[in-house]
Amino acid sequence: MTGETQNRNREKVLSIKDLSVNFKTENGLVQALRRVSIDIPPKQIVGLVGESGCGKSTVINSILRLLSNNAEIIQGSIHLQNKNILMMTSTQLRAIRGKRISVIFQDPMTSLNPALSIGRQMTDIQYRDQINQVAKRQRAIDMLTRVGIPDAEKRLKSYPHQFSGGMRQRIAIAMALIMEPDLLIADEPTTALDATLQIQIIELLKTLQKEFRCSVLFVSHHLGLVADFCDQVVVMYAGEVVESGNVRDIFHRAAHPYTKRLLECDPARIKTKTRVLPTIPGYIPDLVNLSDDCIFKDRCHVKDNKCPLTVAPLTELTPGHFVQCHLSQEGENL
Amino acid sequence: MKNLLEIDNVKIRFRTKGMLKAVIDRDKDPYIEAVCGASLTIKQGETFALVGESGAGKTTLARSIIGLVTPSQGSIRYQDQELMGLDDKAFKPLKRDIAMMFQDPVGCLSPRLSVRSIITEPFKIHGLPINDVSKEATKLLDMVGLPASFLNSFPYQLSGGQARRVGMARALALSPKLIIADEPTAGLDVSIQGEILNLMYRLQHELNISFLVITHNLAVVRHTSDRMAIMYLGRFVETGPTDQIFEQPSHPYTRVLLSSSPEPDPDAPRNRVMPIGEIPSLINRPSGCEFHTRCIYVEDRCRLEFPPDRTIGLDHNMTCFKSEKMK
Repeated sequence: MTGETQNRNREKVLSIKDLSVNFKTENGLVQALRRVSIDIPPKQIVGLVGESGCGKSTVINSILRLLSNNAEIIQGSIHLQNKNILMMTSTQLRAIRGKRISVIFQDPMTSLNPALSIGRQMTDIQYRDQINQVAKRQRAIDMLTRVGIPDAEKRLKSYPHQFSGGMRQRIAIAMALIMEPDLLIADEPTTALDATLQIQIIELLKTLQKEFRCSVLFVSHHLGLVADFCDQVVVMYAGEVVESGNVRDIFHRAAHPYTKRLLECDPARIKTKTRVLPTIPGYIPDLVNLSDDCIFKDRCHVKDNKCPLTVAPLTELTPGHFVQCHLSQEGENL
Repeated sequence: MKNLLEIDNVKIRFRTKGMLKAVIDRDKDPYIEAVCGASLTIKQGETFALVGESGAGKTTLARSIIGLVTPSQGSIRYQDQELMGLDDKAFKPLKRDIAMMFQDPVGCLSPRLSVRSIITEPFKIHGLPINDVSKEATKLLDMVGLPASFLNSFPYQLSGGQARRVGMARALALSPKLIIADEPTAGLDVSIQGEILNLMYRLQHELNISFLVITHNLAVVRHTSDRMAIMYLGRFVETGPTDQIFEQPSHPYTRVLLSSSPEPDPDAPRNRVMPIGEIPSLINRPSGCEFHTRCIYVEDRCRLEFPPDRTIGLDHNMTCFKSEKMK
């Protein structure tokens, strides 16, 4: 972010700067991310919102260096404290994955090995620590108890399929936090769960975040959960960050036309009963044939013909509240 | 308004083990009851919503209406005609009137058929002659807001929202009177979700179709349905007009569900009723009130007796011992 200059003295856990990622496909070069900058301050929960295809997963995969072979990082850097993740060797990456950055995925079965017991997996993940098996086992029990697995000691022998969906997600959280990482990436951690479990998992994450004092990058398209859980929010659209700021900036003083539209569309926000729900007319632009101007121009409802045919500049409206829109230049309230 | 569909005390059970195994185990009751004693009516032109978590029996109940599963007891009447026990031949003409939009939007479309064939297949199945397949297919696509260029597409080329629309076009093919929409917006982005719901409402308005919508998204229910039922472990715990339930949720489970989806406002008051634990297994149903294991208002009586079905307002029922004390 350009406000980086202002905040430089403040320490960041993770700082993504001007990241652009392309994917080579049969149909041409897909520009999945363009000049994405995201800062994650210590002990803060940063929400990443946007509709499918906006690049949320590409951001996560870039941080973890898990991008597929056809991906090409055009420019930018991802600094974990003072080291650039994009420059790291595989040995260096191995030292941070799971230890300093860990992830919870949407489906816990993708991160748990179905053929190994929970106890084995919980001790294996501590392979870096020079402590004996008994201590590792005890640590696993403590961690499982903390995430709310009853009878943790007995259940160490159980396999993932013997747990319910909610319990599996709790175990995945325990595995992610056992090494006390600086940054926890939660990729739609509750989407696969029922409503009552969803809120239980969010409350659990809230408590654990306070206990472990880690930063969280919370990726979700559920605006209600983001409002409830996050301190900062980053809004992405078609591979670009269009707006970012603290949670109240975004939910009360949204400045970008897309953010406004997105919030209006959420039926949970509409208090009086209506049969006709608002939508965002138009389609997401084709990421292969992009023109080099405002990304939202085709669907924008406030666009005036004065908008220049250039990339919209990033404006800092109030400290920490950034918006990428031509019309916010004059400080207009859109 | 006339009742289009009446479901009365329907029970649907599934075998948990084979006949021989049950005899060997001396298990007299090798069944689980996915739906036990559900009753509802759907009037002409209205939208009825079924809400509940996974495993509550919503889909099973809906599938029983079009004969995909057979209830063990109860009655399902469509326009005063009993559907239970009807043989295939007698049922077939009725299936023209009741269409289904399945849960998995892409999975319910045959991967080997073009959109044109998919949406005109109902005519073939029911032996109805159509002169110009392309014309009919174009008309149907037009109704759901897709251009005719999709006629030759195959399901894998469609996005989630487009696949829903094709599923809807197929459901509309035979001009049904009732459409069962199983999770019509699951997995869609909010802006597209609105488009699909608006389309459903427009069609309902123009063609006077009734909808049975199955969903777990309460915000959707609030804006799109006239009446609703909340299901828990195969039973209705609360039924009534949607507006009334949202204004005055009475059953503890309804309250839990309502407070489980936070408002998109960081400063909204959070008087949250935190849910406890997880849904019990259908194999070991809790005694007494089946929600007692997760209820914060539980008392001794709840563990032993089954709560009565009580009327607490116009057309508004619920099964819980106490409703006054909770306020």
